[in-house]
Amino acid sequence: MGLKILTEHINVPGIETLEVYRKHGGYKSVEKAVKTMTPEEVVEEVKTSGLRGRGGAGFPTGLKWSFLAKPEGVPRYLVCNADESEPGTFKDRWFMEHNPHALIEGMITSSYALGANTSYIYIRGELMFILRILEKAIAEAYAAGLLGKNILGSGYDLDLHVAPGGGAYICGEETALLESLEGKRGNPRNKPPFPAVKGLFACPTVVNNVETIASVPWIVNNTGAEYAKVGIGRSTGTKLISASGNINNPGVYEIELGVPVEEFIYSDQYCGGIWKGKSLKAVVPGGSSVPILPANLILKTVAGEDRLMTYESLADGGFVSGSMMGSGAFIVFDEDQCIVRNTWNYARFYHHESCGQCSPCREGTGWMEKVLHRIEYGHGHQRDIDLLVSVAKQIEGNTICPLGDAAAWPVAAAIRHFRDEFEWHIKHPQEATTPGAVYRGQLNSVTA
Amino acid sequence: MAKITFDGIEVEVEDGTTILQAARKIGGKVVPPAMCFYTPLKGSGGKCRVCLVKVSQGSAKDPRPMPKLVASCITPVQDGMVVENTTNEDVLNARKSIVEMLLINHPLDCPICDQAGECNLQDLSYEHGVSAQRFEEERRTFNKVDLGPYIQLHMTRCILCYRCVYTADQITDKRVHGVLGRGDAAEIGTYIENVIDNDFSGNVIDVCPVGALTDKTWRFKNRVWFTKPLDAHRDCPTCSGKVTLWNRGDQVLRVTARKDEYSEVEEFICNTCRFDKKEMSDWTIEGPRKIERASVISANHYELPVVNVPIIPNLPKSAKKDLPNAPEQWNP
Amino acid sequence: MAETKNEVKFSDAAMADIQRYISHYPEDRQKSAILPILHIAQAESGGWVSPEVMDKVAEILNIQPIEVYEVATFYTMFNLKPVGKHVLEVCRTGPCCLRGADQLIDTLKQKLGVEEGGTSADGMFTLKPVECLASCGTGPMLQVREKFYENIENEEQVDAFLEMLRQSEVETPYHVAAYNKNSGK
Ligand SMILES: Cc1cc2nc3c(=O)[nH]c(=O)nc-3n(C[C@H](O)[C@H](O)[C@H](O)COP(=O)(O)O)c2cc1C
Ligand code: SF4
Ligand code: SF4
Ligand code: FES
Ligand code: FES
Repeated sequence: MGLKILTEHINVPGIETLEVYRKHGGYKSVEKAVKTMTPEEVVEEVKTSGLRGRGGAGFPTGLKWSFLAKPEGVPRYLVCNADESEPGTFKDRWFMEHNPHALIEGMITSSYALGANTSYIYIRGELMFILRILEKAIAEAYAAGLLGKNILGSGYDLDLHVAPGGGAYICGEETALLESLEGKRGNPRNKPPFPAVKGLFACPTVVNNVETIASVPWIVNNTGAEYAKVGIGRSTGTKLISASGNINNPGVYEIELGVPVEEFIYSDQYCGGIWKGKSLKAVVPGGSSVPILPANLILKTVAGEDRLMTYESLADGGFVSGSMMGSGAFIVFDEDQCIVRNTWNYARFYHHESCGQCSPCREGTGWMEKVLHRIEYGHGHQRDIDLLVSVAKQIEGNTICPLGDAAAWPVAAAIRHFRDEFEWHIKHPQEATTPGAVYRGQLNSVTA
Repeated sequence: MAKITFDGIEVEVEDGTTILQAARKIGGKVVPPAMCFYTPLKGSGGKCRVCLVKVSQGSAKDPRPMPKLVASCITPVQDGMVVENTTNEDVLNARKSIVEMLLINHPLDCPICDQAGECNLQDLSYEHGVSAQRFEEERRTFNKVDLGPYIQLHMTRCILCYRCVYTADQITDKRVHGVLGRGDAAEIGTYIENVIDNDFSGNVIDVCPVGALTDKTWRFKNRVWFTKPLDAHRDCPTCSGKVTLWNRGDQVLRVTARKDEYSEVEEFICNTCRFDKKEMSDWTIEGPRKIERASVISANHYELPVVNVPIIPNLPKSAKKDLPNAPEQWNP
Repeated sequence: MAETKNEVKFSDAAMADIQRYISHYPEDRQKSAILPILHIAQAESGGWVSPEVMDKVAEILNIQPIEVYEVATFYTMFNLKPVGKHVLEVCRTGPCCLRGADQLIDTLKQKLGVEEGGTSADGMFTLKPVECLASCGTGPMLQVREKFYENIENEEQVDAFLEMLRQSEVETPYHVAAYNKNSGK
């Protein structure tokens, strides 16, 4: 088993209480940061660590922090993105549920680094039970002098609040999140201005994912250089992977970046292989919005190299033959799964979740869903396949926020890699709509 | 000041000006269309995406191109910026795509729509529309509703530009309508039965780029190209009293604010001027209003967007004729 | 329960919680607390928010009612129509479907005699399919109020689960027992 930066103590009974958490070294990073380091030094450590945002985009966290504007007399905010709604992703929910203090510690240390005196954890509204766990832990932290005025006698003040959403995937997009946190509809903002300049309440703001923030205490305690030693190349550190679908051991796994995909799927340490003795058909490796890859391409790149669980390796081949790390949601499909149905399901999801502000996404997501629905239910035409590719392309890149892209990619990728399955569906509507029937033809793959 | 090159034409503008405004300074054919941006309304723009352009050089300091097409209505210029609009294939294709998106759920009822002849969407689809109809699914429809005695909302035609919402927010004291729901189920509405009632509420009609919000007091609902626009004013205690009258002979059929070539109002007007002053004796006539925008009226023809033609049964003849020859009265 | 305008009342505990949420935001940014308040309002009003309840929220926050309608209709957790005693929010998204969510929804439809979005004749259950609830490793799953029920794989489990709910009382957030079956390693 590899190094556990985030989950070392997660199974310790009572770790959700301050007492047990502290017994296992909890809140050391707060002491170290507020008493012995300047905020700039903390930012520097995070830069050195090479930590990349764990919410999906993989943007280097230290760099993002260094962009934060610091105008005189204007408050700054740190907002934790606990909206976790990308289909396939459940690591943040699981992590906060078991180890709430680890996130709170990360929030305090990171807020100190950014000079924020008020910070928020925005959690999706469906996770009200986690909100209560967090609020309880926050109350403990206040009582212990880890939050509030003059933290641990350092002179640093911080208030931390949890705010629930109301049921909207789009509020995971950082500017929609900020709108929502301001009590509005979750319409993403036009950028620029970026949140680093004009974010929450029009003040400079950093938005980071739960896992990103929870990684900061280890970096502060052990130095960024140590963190950078873990992983491969620009994929440093460890990552929580939410493994779901047709595998023997679904769940959250902390891996050192660089584990081969094949090992991750088949080793008993991780997914434990495909369930019911079936074989692997495809994987969506980073949450529903990243391209699906057929078995051959998820295990090996076109060059024949083992694919690894790193940002770079999963993206190898670009969108022709690669995919993305995304949020680390690893969704596994066995041979009996229907790609057309799954693509329709994802398209329905994005249609349902589009905020409706910009015309390509508002209209295009509905269009794609309707066409896919027709195909799935036996009323497709061969021309629909090219139509879908074209509509996806019309959405991509032309929208306010990346949800448009996120809706377009899965459709485009499914057709790219499983076109014959779509064609079969359309040609044999009767067979295709028989329960349990799946296309078992030759899996086509790219000829790149 | 910042100097930019737009479609090969150099123009100098104040710092902070948007690309769209810079293009408007040049004027003419190079100006990108705009369906949601509206100069008098703070925060408008960025939504419809028809104004997308290519920034092929970010600025003199940082000449890198911007990776994606940008909404010209909200992107400020930088000194030395180079922008491509009508000269860039990708831009024209993207615009076509977006026009198609705007039309897939739009009802094809131009022949019976009050806005026909002065509809920005109609103009847009002439100039940038695609010729083939690819959308075979059921269209989204809503029922017509009255927002009080003066304004009718025909949500089916709405393109969710948010202009009417910003207008209500910014020039009336109490907004009662807004955007409800989300995605393609989003709609303009009041949620509970409610009346838009405010001295300036009628302006939502003027800002609406399509026939979604219309004037219920428009007398004898006439095709706009049968009317004669006149600039007129009156001494109004509430607003500037500067309006455009839309007449047939000596009959005032409709009163609107004065709009420029981009359909933007010069000054918002009050409901009394708009809805209650329908006699010539109410007004001092200044003279004919020149309609400058590249609209259907000035182009002197009224045709349906190509995209709609094949699927409207019994296309009325008048819809395809030049204005001077059009019949006096048109019966659908 | 017929409520008339301005007569909507929330319990003292709820009002205290509302005030606490409002205090989390800067002075002139009270509207920020609208989502937690709507959650509280819904829990206090039989699981849905009527126009009157939303008007009450507007009054508390000192904003126009349309601002509350706009927000409440954007977010899917707020029920705008009356619902059954227990709202079964079943995940219908891809990863859960790989493990049988479609079948779970079909089973529930059949057992409750309702379509998606419908309420059973006895007023006990509303079936509300929802999108991914961040519990994909333990699907098929559903949520009832603040609790997750996971790995619901066969009919016997569904029967037992429905029976358990029939016997149980509605808990408002002010006396909730946090329950969750854990996933992951
Ligand atoms: C449609 C959409 C949904 C998103 N959902 C989430 C989410 O649920 N959680 C998250 O952390 N980031 C999400 N993101 C990414 C955020 O916008 C943002 O990049 C992230 O919170 C930044 O944090 P990080 O740098 O720590 O990853 C989403 C982005 C988009 C476009
Ligand atoms: S891309 Fe979609 S979700 Fe994003 S702003 Fe546009 S309509 Fe909203
Ligand atoms: S009603 Fe008109 S002005 Fe209002 S959003 Fe719709 S199209 Fe825009
Ligand atoms: S006018 Fe620019 S996006 Fe609508
Ligand atoms: S797909 Fe059902 S919880 Fe994620």
